[in-house]
Amino acid sequence: MIAGNGTLRDLYRGSIRKRYYILFFCALFLLVVIVCAVVTGTFSLPLARIVKALSGGAEQSEMVVIWNIRMPRIAAAVFAGWGLGLAGCVMQSLLRNPLVSPFTLGISHGAAFGAAFAIVVLHAGAIQISSLRTSATNLIAINSIALTTACAFLGAMMTTVFILLLARIKKLSSQSVILAGVALSSLFVSGTILIQYFASEVELASIVFWTFGDVARSNWNEIGITASCVVLITVFFFLKRWDLNALASGDDTARSLGINVDRIRLTGMVLTALIAAIVTAFHGVIAFLGLLAPHIAKKLVTSNHNLLIPMSCIVGSILLLLADTAGRSIIGSGTLPVGILTSFMGAPLFLYLLIKEKNV
Amino acid sequence: MNLNVSGVTFGYNGKMVLDDINFCLSGGEVLAVIGVNGAGKTTLLKCLCGILKPSGGAVLIDSTDTARMDRQERARRISYVPQRYVDASMSVYDAVLLGRKPHMGWSLTEHDLQVTEDVLHALHLESMALRQLSNLSGGELQKVIIGRSLAQEPDLLLLDEPTSNLDLRNQMEVMNILNTVAKQRNVSIIVAMHDINTALRFADRFLMLKDGHIHSLAPWGDITEGLICQVLGVDVIMGNVEGHHVVIPAPSIQ
Repeated sequence: MIAGNGTLRDLYRGSIRKRYYILFFCALFLLVVIVCAVVTGTFSLPLARIVKALSGGAEQSEMVVIWNIRMPRIAAAVFAGWGLGLAGCVMQSLLRNPLVSPFTLGISHGAAFGAAFAIVVLHAGAIQISSLRTSATNLIAINSIALTTACAFLGAMMTTVFILLLARIKKLSSQSVILAGVALSSLFVSGTILIQYFASEVELASIVFWTFGDVARSNWNEIGITASCVVLITVFFFLKRWDLNALASGDDTARSLGINVDRIRLTGMVLTALIAAIVTAFHGVIAFLGLLAPHIAKKLVTSNHNLLIPMSCIVGSILLLLADTAGRSIIGSGTLPVGILTSFMGAPLFLYLLIKEKNV
Repeated sequence: MNLNVSGVTFGYNGKMVLDDINFCLSGGEVLAVIGVNGAGKTTLLKCLCGILKPSGGAVLIDSTDTARMDRQERARRISYVPQRYVDASMSVYDAVLLGRKPHMGWSLTEHDLQVTEDVLHALHLESMALRQLSNLSGGELQKVIIGRSLAQEPDLLLLDEPTSNLDLRNQMEVMNILNTVAKQRNVSIIVAMHDINTALRFADRFLMLKDGHIHSLAPWGDITEGLICQVLGVDVIMGNVEGHHVVIPAPSIQ
């Protein structure tokens, strides 16, 4: 073999370094967006007051606005976006299909059905709750958030298990898995409509509110659960980054490289579905973010999972936080649920991918 | 390295695909697996590398049963180049570096990078190291895939029709590379292929598969028109051009 003189290695390292810089700048940009999100809102809070509030020297009203209203929704948006970006990135790699995301596989619709079931059949919706955070919450009534969330979680996991079993028993291709997701989405949407038909006005309002993706409804406990799950699962997938790189080259190639393809696919799908289930259960349906974030990340740092995993997470956080901040700014006195904005961003991308991508 | 394939059997849905396959292979030897479509060539390669689990028999490398090796250990000794490659979005360097996966710990080492660099030099891929696979021609892509399997530093290299999508020049280049690897690194190579002329030029021995059985196992000098006719079901004429056997279909073939 010819011994190298190090030039190739330096070139490679140079190209990787450039992408790490991009990753670093995106992380910085996320910090800037977080600061902008704290400043933005109907209650005027200049940067100087925020710095003072962080050191505990602000007025009570300012402390309430920052710690009870803005920071929870910012943290929720960051971790939910992080999780959905990660879930989309990993799902697309595991199934080798750029159209895969928790939303396109029907997991989000499964969760929405679970929530509707809890609100109407299990009577989880009756009493009006706080109207502090969004204009939409003035109208809704969910007296058992825990039950609604649990049912949404069950709905999401049920969808995932069904898709995994179908894929395993019938040995479905990744394209067929997408079609199965479309069929399940349709089934759950029909089921939700059926439940809505028999719901009272209050219950109907509750279901509609719940299906809007919204990061304003989380408390610090829910944010803590989301954050710990998302961080642990991110670490797991980062350790498996070379397995994901190998899977992108095909199952046979991955197996010949010593990877247990069935195990990583099953574990990966269950963990990503868990993220999707938790995020959807706490925040409702946030459409297309899991699709959008990995595609933007691939454009920025290519498909090497060393960089793609952290970049998808950061882009997911940025997008969701930007969408939420924009949603708070578009309507003067209220808030536009973030799920509506992500749908407007994601649906055109989905169509673009269908038309343009040769591998879809 | 010595490969000993002993009584390997494989079947599914009640259909026997491979039945009692027995052969040995020494280090540096190139074995061509010849047979019609469905004869069991790909299944044999997948059984040898552990992608498929044989229902009977054993594959031994230096007297160690590969079924008892863990996946990583097996991947360090046997490399497989599949017939169809999935077009992954990665650079040439990353694709070759991926071959170091069975040797990797938590992170890349200098040795991993050195091996990758050596393979890129050996296959003359240095100039395109940072190009994306999607921007390569079929011949260049095939060389990268072979490069990935060489980066595994295997004792046994299995290739499933590596030249089927290549033009003549690229076919010769790829086969020359494989021949050099076999002889210089003492790597044993088993290559399933349809092109009998390419096989006659590069293989040391021929394993002729018919209906899942070994019809014959012969050195290239023993290949005859009759043998090819029996295995492939086609009348051929065999000639000799400047010391090389050449096979063409008989004129009666439509």
